[in-house]
Amino acid sequence: MKNLIKTFTNGILSENPTFRLVLGLCPTIAITTTLENSIGMGLATTFVLIGSNLVIALLKDFIPDKIRIPAFVVVICTFVTMIELLMKAYLPALNKSLGIFIPLIVVNCIILARAEAFASKNPILPSVVDGLGMGIGFTFSLSIIGSIREIIGNGTILGIHIMPASFNPMMVFALAPGGFITLGLTLGIINAITNKMAKKREESCK
Amino acid sequence: MNVSVNVFTLFISCVLTNNVIFSRFLGNCPFLGVSGKVETAFGMGMAVTFVMAIASLFTWLVYALFLVPLGLQYLNTIAFILIIAGLVQVVEMFIKKSSPTLYKSLGIYLPLITTNCAVLGIAILNINAEYNLVTSVLNGTFSALGFMLAIVLMAGIRERLETSDIPKCMRGFSSSLIIAGLMSLAFMGFAGITQ
Repeated sequence: MKNLIKTFTNGILSENPTFRLVLGLCPTIAITTTLENSIGMGLATTFVLIGSNLVIALLKDFIPDKIRIPAFVVVICTFVTMIELLMKAYLPALNKSLGIFIPLIVVNCIILARAEAFASKNPILPSVVDGLGMGIGFTFSLSIIGSIREIIGNGTILGIHIMPASFNPMMVFALAPGGFITLGLTLGIINAITNKMAKKREESCK
Repeated sequence: MNVSVNVFTLFISCVLTNNVIFSRFLGNCPFLGVSGKVETAFGMGMAVTFVMAIASLFTWLVYALFLVPLGLQYLNTIAFILIIAGLVQVVEMFIKKSSPTLYKSLGIYLPLITTNCAVLGIAILNINAEYNLVTSVLNGTFSALGFMLAIVLMAGIRERLETSDIPKCMRGFSSSLIIAGLMSLAFMGFAGITQ
């Protein structure tokens, strides 16, 4: 049980896919224009991560080692096609704003990395928990960047105006350059915090 | 409008106004990962151009000749990723046998391309935009050239950056992303020249 909790929090904090491992940058920069898009993308990726981790953990003894990567890609792709069809049917507006980045979940390095590094070596339950933790960690970091960009670039959050009327939205944060700059600054801030924490721990050890 | 003008417009649009990195956000992982040196960046750019041109051709053919007649358009993602993965493997083996010098310079980048989302992204964009065969191949090639321009420029800047004094927490990915943001701002200046 203790191990399961550790696996779960691992994805959210110490091995957060966006902030610590710096994987899956394309969706992180492209679709975080609003908080709503970020949550949608995060949940779609979580679904694929849980599904692919589950199936790969089930099949790991049957997949020959030499062709494991193509086999993993096919499994991942199946789940991506499922979520793509589901979104087209039930959430057409979200599907339209995420556009090409839904099928591109296939080449999101986080999913293949978890399949290779975790699900192919661990039993079913920890693999599912790992998928859930990583997915939530990814959703969490996308939401942070999405909120920053939506507040500064549009003055709204989830479509509701929260900034005073005198606030002039900086359009550039909702456009391409804003994505790069927001992610760069957030990474810098998180590095600064973790460096400080590590230093404190070192001092208390002495 | 004649053909050459159309091709030129497509070229400008793919390389400058709709650059894959700066306005379509595709292929960011290799863009930040392999842009440490101009030489390696150039190699990666060449490999991507090569694969993207061939991938555009094959994905279009498979989509038009197999998936559409059979009514299996919803399987395009799974079909395309398998084509690209297979193609990368074949290209790698072919280059290894036919031109060892080319293999030496491109070899290590080829396996990385399978997970480059720009290749799959452009293949899907070609289908979504309903381009014909020639336009698809040209779109693939020109977009890859745009990728090459971006990654080589980035590598040039990062080589200079190595000797500069950056705060410790901003080193690496953080400063690279901010530079990419500034470059993206600069590329926005090109918007409108194709209209």
